[in-house]
Amino acid sequence: MDMERVDQIIEKHNSEPSSLIQILLDIQSENRWLPKEALERISEKLQVPLTRIQQIATFYKAFSLVPKGRHGIHICMGTACHVRGAQRVLDTVEELTGIKPGETDADLKFSLETVNCLGCCALGPVMEIDGEIHGNMTPAETAETLKKYE
Amino acid sequence: MPRIESPEELVKVREEILSRRDPNKPCISICAGSGCLASGAGEVIEAFKKEIEAQGLTAEVDTKGTGCPGFCQRGPVVVIYPEEICYLGVKPEDVPEIVSQTIKEKKVVERLLYEDPATGEKATLESEIPFYKYQERINISTNIKLDPQSLEDYLAIGGYSALAKSLFEMTPESVLEEVKKSNLRGRGGAGFPAGIKWEGSRNAPDPVKYVLVNADEGDPGAFMDRALLEGNPHSILEGLAIGAYAIGAHEGYIYVRQEYPLAVKNVSIAIKEAEEYGFLGKNILGSGFDFVVKVHQGAGAFVCGESTALMTALEGRAGEPRPKYIRSNIKGLWEKPTVLNNVETWANVPLIINKGADWFTQLGTEGSKGTKIFSLVGKINNTGLVEVPMGMTLRDIIYKIGGGIPGGKKFKAVQTGGPSGGCLPEELLDLPVGFDELTKAGSMMGSGGMIVLDEDTCMVDVARYFLNFLTDESCGKCVPCREGIRQMLKILTNITQGKGKEGDIELLEELAEVTQVAALCALGKSAPNPVLSTLKYFREEYEAHIKEKRCPALSCKELIAFYIDPDKCGACTACSRKCPSEAIIGGKNKIHIIDQEKCTKCGTCFEVCPPRFAAVKKISGEPVPPPIPEEARTITRGGKS
Amino acid sequence: MSEILLEIDGRQVEASPDMTVLQAAQKLGIKIPTLCHHEKLEPYGACRLCMVEVESRGSTKLVVSCVYPVENNLVVRTRSEKVDKVRKMILELLLAHAPDSRDLQRYAQEYGADKNRFEKEPSFCIHCGLCVRYCAEVKKKHAIGFIDRGTHREINFIQEIASKECWNCKECFPLCPTEALQAAYVLSGALVSSLPIFK
Repeated sequence: MDMERVDQIIEKHNSEPSSLIQILLDIQSENRWLPKEALERISEKLQVPLTRIQQIATFYKAFSLVPKGRHGIHICMGTACHVRGAQRVLDTVEELTGIKPGETDADLKFSLETVNCLGCCALGPVMEIDGEIHGNMTPAETAETLKKYE
Repeated sequence: MPRIESPEELVKVREEILSRRDPNKPCISICAGSGCLASGAGEVIEAFKKEIEAQGLTAEVDTKGTGCPGFCQRGPVVVIYPEEICYLGVKPEDVPEIVSQTIKEKKVVERLLYEDPATGEKATLESEIPFYKYQERINISTNIKLDPQSLEDYLAIGGYSALAKSLFEMTPESVLEEVKKSNLRGRGGAGFPAGIKWEGSRNAPDPVKYVLVNADEGDPGAFMDRALLEGNPHSILEGLAIGAYAIGAHEGYIYVRQEYPLAVKNVSIAIKEAEEYGFLGKNILGSGFDFVVKVHQGAGAFVCGESTALMTALEGRAGEPRPKYIRSNIKGLWEKPTVLNNVETWANVPLIINKGADWFTQLGTEGSKGTKIFSLVGKINNTGLVEVPMGMTLRDIIYKIGGGIPGGKKFKAVQTGGPSGGCLPEELLDLPVGFDELTKAGSMMGSGGMIVLDEDTCMVDVARYFLNFLTDESCGKCVPCREGIRQMLKILTNITQGKGKEGDIELLEELAEVTQVAALCALGKSAPNPVLSTLKYFREEYEAHIKEKRCPALSCKELIAFYIDPDKCGACTACSRKCPSEAIIGGKNKIHIIDQEKCTKCGTCFEVCPPRFAAVKKISGEPVPPPIPEEARTITRGGKS
Repeated sequence: MSEILLEIDGRQVEASPDMTVLQAAQKLGIKIPTLCHHEKLEPYGACRLCMVEVESRGSTKLVVSCVYPVENNLVVRTRSEKVDKVRKMILELLLAHAPDSRDLQRYAQEYGADKNRFEKEPSFCIHCGLCVRYCAEVKKKHAIGFIDRGTHREINFIQEIASKECWNCKECFPLCPTEALQAAYVLSGALVSSLPIFK
């Protein structure tokens, strides 16, 4: 990631140490992961110890310290989806992609994450790929849906 | 729009807006909440806009995407004003018919109306649908009337009049008194009286104080705060500004999870517009009172819903809770007196100021006043958001409003209060919902998640599910929470995998007891509740898993097996074609057999087996019958050879 | 500031208003077991081993003495059936991670904690945070911090800082109630050649 852009984001938040999480969120959403150089730059500019930035970057689920795949799969593991069979959807995705939640496959095709609730409980179990919601998933439909992504 | 400088001007502006609006002009309101958008509401809105333009009706008809009215199950929801005709499950292809029939001809499109599944009777108006009829929607009914990104819409229904009343007709003390008198209790979890919390901050000597909105709604299966923030953000801002005036704060924060992008967007737009009009910022409405609001996005940590963790996160650190022997209304954000209430609590404040505490206390029970929004989800026919007066029974919510359990299944339990709550059994269905009633029964109100579980749900698995959630979401700072939950989860996982042993239940109880008294924050202290409540009401399910290695709900994967009854198999090949693991041996005219080695127990065969055969069985606690010999598998007409 | 008068294990003690119950007890020479407490550091309240029973305004509750502020007429019991039960369980939970820690073993003997009660998961670190907080609060170097959360929480050296600062300091080593810290340091050293390995 371009360090000039990192600086711009920091300036947008007035270099406020209390805006640290907001700065990291901005970088994450633009770059889809947090490169080490960016964290060091923030540490320097905000005068915040790197230990604190590392803790935040690993404490909150929104952040990733490694590059992500082209398609982000989010399996909702909320209670409503759980009782309607979310585990079966997750099992199917794990089997077909060969990755576990939090992982990215070697071709950088898919990144798999579980989420606590997408708030579309009426459609559960729900799988979201690249922001698109796929509702009422069964293992068979999950397999069909995954095939559509290149 | 120039700033509004006085309450009189506000009245004038409102009159001017209303004078431009013809109450008889047709308006098509389409829910644009996250739930309906996921069901395709975006395309429906586009289709309406195109169709209205194509028919040359742009000047005569208004079209707006609104907040969520709650009936997610039947989304996208469309309501047509002024008649209030409610169409459900609307698709883009239905749009031309709605426009030509309902808008032009004033005729109702019957097939899009709600139909009672029992009687087949149709309901034309929103208010006639049973899902809505039994609710008391003092907060959420506004959503469908508003474009959440339009301050004018909010002003048109009387928005910010409560703020004007507070600033010009009331003192901070009298606002505080009114809220205290209303006995409004916090809608986020523990149900602490808001007025008493406010009073503590007001009386704290430090002149710098803060007000915060907790919109870090992390309970899985709960989305009422999202609906309010997405659908009516100004009502939250108005409540917050009134609270700030009462306690003497000039700065407020809305802590909202980044998983709610639409809520972030709508509330950010609302803040900007409110500042332009002078409802926020310096010298609000010319009163001399200053108040600014900022949005802070959470980055994905359930524990940040805990008040002290939320404040730590706002300060730009990892959201670890702090020991709370001095309450945060005295020493909170940056060590300053801080009032933190959740979205729904703030939303009630303008209503209380406008209509009075006496009106509010008419609703609800002795200990719990007003209404509560629940997110009714799980094994229920009408999934959605329901707002009911406190004191309504669980039975009425689940059956009258929720329409009961789908597929003719039997009710088993209702889980309330999220991961900190508990599961209540059928015997308690007549329990009136209220803060104290739910706590006494071993659950809690929490923020309002209500998850209905049917006979297919394993209660040990539900406890395991919540503990698994919490091991991931615990901040990991204190030992009882980090280690206690870890050990409880291990035991529960073992039980669900058939590896439970004598003494497990007692050890669970001991771990639960220590975690409850010794954990640092509310997350840890309440973490054992899912275990304790399921042990209290469903102990026999634990025992069946441990002693008989049997899952009574036929749900725990390691304890069940799928088996095709050779006498019933019709050799239709539906299961063998759909099986994702190619575990079914069959073929045309051959009785199908499941290869137990290959079977991943996904249940697809069980689901696709045609009801006329119903040959696939789920069994638990008994051995799988051996496959019938190869030579006996061929089916010939009239019988088997 | 006026002194505060409270009772600990039946004995009266005067304390200044900014003191914690733990400090007041120490003034009397009463020992309360602790793992995450250090007098040079801000109270942390994480290990929960120092829980005591307090009686205040008619109600009894368990509180963490390293954080709980003294108040007038407070009645404190540093040992009771409830207190001992909590301490025993906490020790057993931690012994699953660090069965050979001498601090833990010593306390385990006192409270009858069984080091084999829970299945062993030797991660050594018990997350008392002494190293992290000492490095930040006293040394102001921030060479070591926490990463991740929940059961995945770990201590982690920032290699660039550690390679410059740690070799000549190592003041945190003796604070560690287990050997986890030294292990983490050695491991970091093995991963980056610039970090002098502890000998």
